[in-house]
Amino acid sequence: MSVHKSVPHDSGPAHVTGTARYVDDMPLPANTVHLAFGLSQNAHADLASVDLDAVRTAKGVIAVLTADDLPFENDVSPSIHDEPLLATGVVHYIGQPIFLVVADSHLNARKAARLGKIEYIEKPVLLTIDDAIKADSRFEKPLEFSIGNPAKAFENAPRQISGQFEIGGQEHFYLEGQASFALPSEGDMLVHSSTQHPTEIQHKVAAALGVPYNAVRVETRRMGGGFGGKESQGNALAVSCAVVAQMLQRPAKMRYDRDDDMIITGKRHEFRIAYRAGFDDAGKLQSVIFEHHVRCGWALDLSIPVGDRAMLHADNAYYLPNAKILSHRMRTNTQSNTAYRGFGGPQGIVGVERVMDHIAHDLGVDPLEVRKVNFYQTGGDQKTPYHMDVTDSISAELVAALAASSDYIKRRAEIAEYNAKNPVLKRGIALTPVKFGISFTLTHLNQAGALVHVYSDGSVHLNHGGTEMGQGLNTKIAQVAAEVFGLDVSAIKITATDTGKVPNTSATAASSGSDLNGMACKAACETIKERLVEFAKKKWEGEVSFAGGNVTIDDKTMTFGDLAGAAYVGRIQLSATGFYKTPKIKWDRMAGKGRPFLYFSYGAAVTECVIDTLTGENRILRTDILHDAGRSLNPALDIGQIEGGYVQGAGWLTMEELVWNDKGSLLSHAPSTYKIPACSDTPEIFNVALWDGENSENTIYRSKAVGEPPFSLGISAYLALSHAIAACGDSYPDIDAPATCERILQAADKLSGNPW
Amino acid sequence: MGDIRFLLNGEQVTLQNPDPTASVLDWLRESKHLTGTKEGCNEGDCGACSVSLAAIEDGQLTHRAVNACILFLPHLHGKSLTTVEGISKDGVLHPVQSAMVEHHGSQCGFCTPGIVISLYAAHREGRQDNDNVLAGNLCRCTGYAPIQRAAKAAASVPQPEMFFDEAEALLALQNGDENINGAYIPTDLDNFASWYADNPDATLIAGATDIGLQVTKALREFPDVAFLHRLDALKTIIQEKNGLRIGAGVTVAQFRGAMIGKHSDFAEMLRRYGSVQVRNSGTIGGNIANGSPIGDGPPPLIALGASITLRRAGKRRSMLLEDFYISYGKQDREPGEFLESIFIPDQPDTVGVYKISKRFDQDISAVCGAFNITVENNIITDARIAFGGMAATPKRANAVEAALIGQPWREATIKAAMQQFTNDFTPLTDVRASAEYRMKIVQNLLWRYWLSRNDQSANVLAEMAK
Repeated sequence: MSVHKSVPHDSGPAHVTGTARYVDDMPLPANTVHLAFGLSQNAHADLASVDLDAVRTAKGVIAVLTADDLPFENDVSPSIHDEPLLATGVVHYIGQPIFLVVADSHLNARKAARLGKIEYIEKPVLLTIDDAIKADSRFEKPLEFSIGNPAKAFENAPRQISGQFEIGGQEHFYLEGQASFALPSEGDMLVHSSTQHPTEIQHKVAAALGVPYNAVRVETRRMGGGFGGKESQGNALAVSCAVVAQMLQRPAKMRYDRDDDMIITGKRHEFRIAYRAGFDDAGKLQSVIFEHHVRCGWALDLSIPVGDRAMLHADNAYYLPNAKILSHRMRTNTQSNTAYRGFGGPQGIVGVERVMDHIAHDLGVDPLEVRKVNFYQTGGDQKTPYHMDVTDSISAELVAALAASSDYIKRRAEIAEYNAKNPVLKRGIALTPVKFGISFTLTHLNQAGALVHVYSDGSVHLNHGGTEMGQGLNTKIAQVAAEVFGLDVSAIKITATDTGKVPNTSATAASSGSDLNGMACKAACETIKERLVEFAKKKWEGEVSFAGGNVTIDDKTMTFGDLAGAAYVGRIQLSATGFYKTPKIKWDRMAGKGRPFLYFSYGAAVTECVIDTLTGENRILRTDILHDAGRSLNPALDIGQIEGGYVQGAGWLTMEELVWNDKGSLLSHAPSTYKIPACSDTPEIFNVALWDGENSENTIYRSKAVGEPPFSLGISAYLALSHAIAACGDSYPDIDAPATCERILQAADKLSGNPW
Repeated sequence: MGDIRFLLNGEQVTLQNPDPTASVLDWLRESKHLTGTKEGCNEGDCGACSVSLAAIEDGQLTHRAVNACILFLPHLHGKSLTTVEGISKDGVLHPVQSAMVEHHGSQCGFCTPGIVISLYAAHREGRQDNDNVLAGNLCRCTGYAPIQRAAKAAASVPQPEMFFDEAEALLALQNGDENINGAYIPTDLDNFASWYADNPDATLIAGATDIGLQVTKALREFPDVAFLHRLDALKTIIQEKNGLRIGAGVTVAQFRGAMIGKHSDFAEMLRRYGSVQVRNSGTIGGNIANGSPIGDGPPPLIALGASITLRRAGKRRSMLLEDFYISYGKQDREPGEFLESIFIPDQPDTVGVYKISKRFDQDISAVCGAFNITVENNIITDARIAFGGMAATPKRANAVEAALIGQPWREATIKAAMQQFTNDFTPLTDVRASAEYRMKIVQNLLWRYWLSRNDQSANVLAEMAK
């Protein structure tokens, strides 16, 4: 077996020796030019004048481009063509590119980019959700999903709560910043891009060059992290490089300095969530009404599906018999928010998890009891608020197992004792589940291709449409190919993702990488295998089986390489493509009805933390996770996604705080001011286990997607902090996310009757 | 005209007249095409550019991880630079590298070379406090858990046979004062003192952990600089009759060593000062002379009653550290005068030092406070309380101190004194904290200090160990 094994990441040895090559590491042709953007310093203004004389005469500058110099489309939007590469007369946020410097070095380009003299005629600036509500600044009409009669059920419920809270955004902080390199060749363009979506880069570059798609080839070997931040945000760099390369007929490279990267690119969407919930004395929900206000930023980017996915996760693991989710997509003069691991799902989940906690507080019971009475039934067919039957729920069993293995009940009692004894430090614990829908909600994206070659020595070379950003996709896909051919994983080589090898791909996003590309790869491998079997049967007569690098035909055994060589001589085609499209899914977002997801991934986490009520400082003391990766393709890689996802999710809701000033300038634009978790922030005790089960749907070897779902396990850290704060008084802690030290102290002081 | 000579992965390199403020990272990547060392942030905060610098310190070959992005070429002189490309040989990986592969310690791999180097330098030094070792290396993929497992696994594997004898080769590289492309790189303190008196407009560079950002982020050019890192006379720590004299060129890492066992709270705060990489480069003198209102060194030093010695050519003068800070960006320093040493008077270890930041490790303080209260016969006879992050300079809380001195050492005194902070400080709201939060916590920190003096210490970090 090659699948269901903890095969190490195929690039591991290259990573640790520094030989793994990223875009910025590529050897450059001698005449390569380097690019940098001149950025808007104003959040919303008409450009009165753009004086670039000093830029043009700066050291090393070769050319300077404005919107007027772009030969064809001036657009890098992944959606509705509302995002010009270079501003056209008006700027919409601080950091918007206005002009493009072409210089002989990265440093000279950066230096020159600061020399533009731009006069602005200021326009009204909308920065916050409140600003946008007041100005009715939106991207589309509010969208509503509903089921049952939520208004009536709310009124009739024996008990009611309501509340509202804010959820901050999140900077991706991929360690490798955005980067592109374009090499012009005989009228065509080769682009190397650090992107999750080579096909979209291909399309945007082709439109900018005025050429058909076949004149542009995009290659992505690997990214130094993506997390959604390289789904659309690489477009601007790739298009810039390609346009300049075409114009000057010289190779062009662009990479953002970290501060520029953080100032220019979009982030996770901020949300305001208001809720009203009606329930009975056991905490069983009768009605929930959510209102989401989504801060989308200045351009649409992917905000529509992000907002939708938040709505689609407003139920999380709970059956909401009567529910309404209303979502407002607000337009502001800030970075255009974009995809980020979970794609709105985590925000939707936080909403209902907060409701669970609030209900428990209202009833004076353990929140776990409230969660348990509301889980989707195991083996049931209860409908989600978007009218999909949930038939694969395992929340009840999974949570019960985790509560037992983590000693949750006993520890919760010990914490109550601890808090009674300790005036300064307070502990908290929370168990939160996750149910995450798997499939792109835009149904046509759920397709993938693969191209597999078996060479005559039996070595296998393959390509698929997915991109490697650290998740180990290539390792998993290689395992699939090895499994089909009965080979060792080391016999499979996967090279850079290339639009010239597998066309019309979807972004590696929505946790879909292994599900889609694994199936496409399997299909291609099986096509070749069938040909080999047919050939072998004909030649040697007998049953053919593949294992351990060998092929057995009755009592005859040969190496896979020998068979491949013989097949070649026998003029058998040893190359094949494979294709996969996700079955069963159908979704009408306007009606809010359908089956957007093939299946759900499940998991749960228990986090225990401690806070200091003098300063708000806090620590995660212990985390236990039980997560469902189906019949895991690669347990080690999946655990890697779970551990990493949890810490990233906890970071989002605790220490990672984006701060803008009142002009709309992002103040937290570097790791000195924006703090992602460091090594010591990882829970001291961190127990992660995989749920022993398999996907009820026919996915690749019955595994489940694992990229995004564990991110939302970090919500348990947020609610554990909230639980610790609750020890400071009687009311329900009213804490926004991220729960920074400052917010924790403020909430604790409010509870203890000393608000400030 | 001059040369910079050093070892790069064991091979001697001589650079003739390089740009003195070119970063080691750019040189490695762009000139040597050693692209294993990555640029993650270009400001010394992510550690992706970590390299190991070995030098002979106190007669011992010492390996230290530093950030190459804010390290300048002259810093390499006489040292042995090891990059990620230099720690495996003929396909044989260093134990930290093999452990990282086996324990799935890399995902995207971009932070990995820096992580590997930090672990390598720690492995060479026998350090196993991995949370500290890795505090300056950000990883966004793994959540650090597999990296910690790898570090633990590698710790017990012996150092492989060395590929080259760094110590001997390093001794051969030592030489005297250098002048490189407008940069003065002295080894003799007296020479430097007279030079600086004659060139008072020059920019002084010690560890470059601050000036580095002026180059990489503000894109400033410094035509006239002097590098202080080779002035051994500035790197001494001497126990004098009544106190400890610390040379201004002592790195924060070395300074922390001197505080362990003397002022444990101060040492603990210094554990969280920057990161290993920053502490290995940055100097305590730089932290003081730079005059930042949010530097973490000055508040505890002021609370300890430290004084400093400034020198211009052959003339020295001393003053209390608190008197050095006049206003924002302005210190009591004459042209051509430089900080030579810091003196900490011997005293009982009663100083409480508290650094409050969004993240425990490698974060700039929202506030950093130090409390030093002397109690005799249950009466407060002296109080020195100083804060960073609360004013335009590191500043004492005079009103609070006045409310304490002469009063009985009891809860009511402390509670009353807490109210006096509003008379001492009018903090600002910025990216790190609001003014209200700053005021609230400085008051509470006095309470924390009271608790700790009464053996009721409460600290979330201490809960970790339980």
